[in-house]
Amino acid sequence: MIEVRQLKKSFGSQLVLAGVDLRIESGESAVIIGRSGGGKSVLLKHFIGLLQPDAGDVLVDGENITRMNERQLLRVRRKFGMVFQGAALFDSMTVEENVAFGLRRHEHLTEAEIAKRVAATLDVVDLPGTQKKKPAELSGGMRKRVGLARAIIYEPQIVLYDEPTTGLDPIASDSIDHLLMRVRDQLKVTSVVVTHDMRSARRVGNHVFMLHEKKIYASAPPEEFFNSSDAVVRQFVDGVADAKETIL
Amino acid sequence: MNFLGQTWVGDWLTGLGRIAVLTRDAVASCLTFKFSRRDLFYQIYFIGIKSQSVVLITGAFTGMVLTVQTYSQFHKIKMDTASLAVVGVSMCSELGPVLTALMVAGRVGAAIAAELGTMRVTEQIDALRTLATHPIDYLVVPRLTASMIALPLLTVESVALGISSGYFVGVELLGIDPVYLYYNMLKYTGDIDLEFGLVKSFVYGGIIALIGCYKGLTCGMGAEGVGRATTEAVVYSSISILICNFFLTLALQRVAQLVL
Repeated sequence: MIEVRQLKKSFGSQLVLAGVDLRIESGESAVIIGRSGGGKSVLLKHFIGLLQPDAGDVLVDGENITRMNERQLLRVRRKFGMVFQGAALFDSMTVEENVAFGLRRHEHLTEAEIAKRVAATLDVVDLPGTQKKKPAELSGGMRKRVGLARAIIYEPQIVLYDEPTTGLDPIASDSIDHLLMRVRDQLKVTSVVVTHDMRSARRVGNHVFMLHEKKIYASAPPEEFFNSSDAVVRQFVDGVADAKETIL
Repeated sequence: MNFLGQTWVGDWLTGLGRIAVLTRDAVASCLTFKFSRRDLFYQIYFIGIKSQSVVLITGAFTGMVLTVQTYSQFHKIKMDTASLAVVGVSMCSELGPVLTALMVAGRVGAAIAAELGTMRVTEQIDALRTLATHPIDYLVVPRLTASMIALPLLTVESVALGISSGYFVGVELLGIDPVYLYYNMLKYTGDIDLEFGLVKSFVYGGIIALIGCYKGLTCGMGAEGVGRATTEAVVYSSISILICNFFLTLALQRVAQLVL
């Protein structure tokens, strides 16, 4: 369970989050939507302690992580897997080394066991036989899949996705969506997806949070959210530049 | 205080404080052996083996030019055979460690800052943290330890080649008596000179790795940020080595006086 209370964050003089409150239950698949540059990724990075808030609290399974130092956070981070917008693969390593990174660092397994786990995880993300490739040899969609494999190989309780379909063509986006749903259903993990892809948000989430003007503006299950008549929500969902031009 | 915070002095003091914190964390991590031996050996290979050509060429030509310059002065007062003694003392205690460190700062310090800076801007360092890996354990400690091991070894090579090259130039080109040249070098170059050099190179190894890592880990976003971090790593390492050399020399001389 992730709970955020009155989270505030600024970078220099620019206020990005101005008192965000939200609660994501265990096993839930939460989607955080909002405009580009609106602070979605900043909020996501607070969940795993990559950023420290100026004020407010972040609780993971009831434990306040905002007062932890980097070493204490390492223990909490073992509960998480994170897929980055640009995949953030270690470019000096092969796919196998990237995916096995967490296992090699934290679990005492033989090389044969690691190879078996890597192969099985690459099968889950539909990338069998790519172990020896370097990240530079992969397409954007493949890199994101490797990033996902690296995040789920040690079976975390919570997986965070930072814009998983951004920069991908519709077919690649569709396959990533299916992958997210498969991971969610098979591994029974809590998922938090930051996106501004409305099709993806409808499909992968069972709770939608909308970040607007530095706060959570709306929070509802997808059916309720996407049928909302609120002007701000409709403008974003319908993707119109002017609120007066909304379809409903 | 407000004034200080807005000037380069404030930035400089802040940077110094952050490097001190990085040093403390890195030393604490070293003592608890949280780093991988495989990474350490790779870094020793990268810093030590890959710097051979640069360091050996620098050492050889420094020894040769120093012999020629010393000979040109000593020849006037008929002290030709003392030329290599000057080369020996200079190479062991000053030129060997300082020039080796400056060359390694240019090659390795820049490479460390560029690698870590690129990792930072492409979120690879954040990815490390999400994989429950402390960047200091994984990135800083192997580089710091390897640099502090490799630099004294490189310095010994540079000194040995510098003196050998000086001997060769003195005997073959300048016609100095080989026996007295060698004898005087051994007589006036003490163990303490080499020990000074080794202590200095050990410290410079730490300076190069820490400044390179610090600049990489705190670099600005984008290609410009990485470029600036790389340049600053080389400039700050080089200046720090030269300043540190003066104070280390004073301190080591004082220690030598007390001990001997």
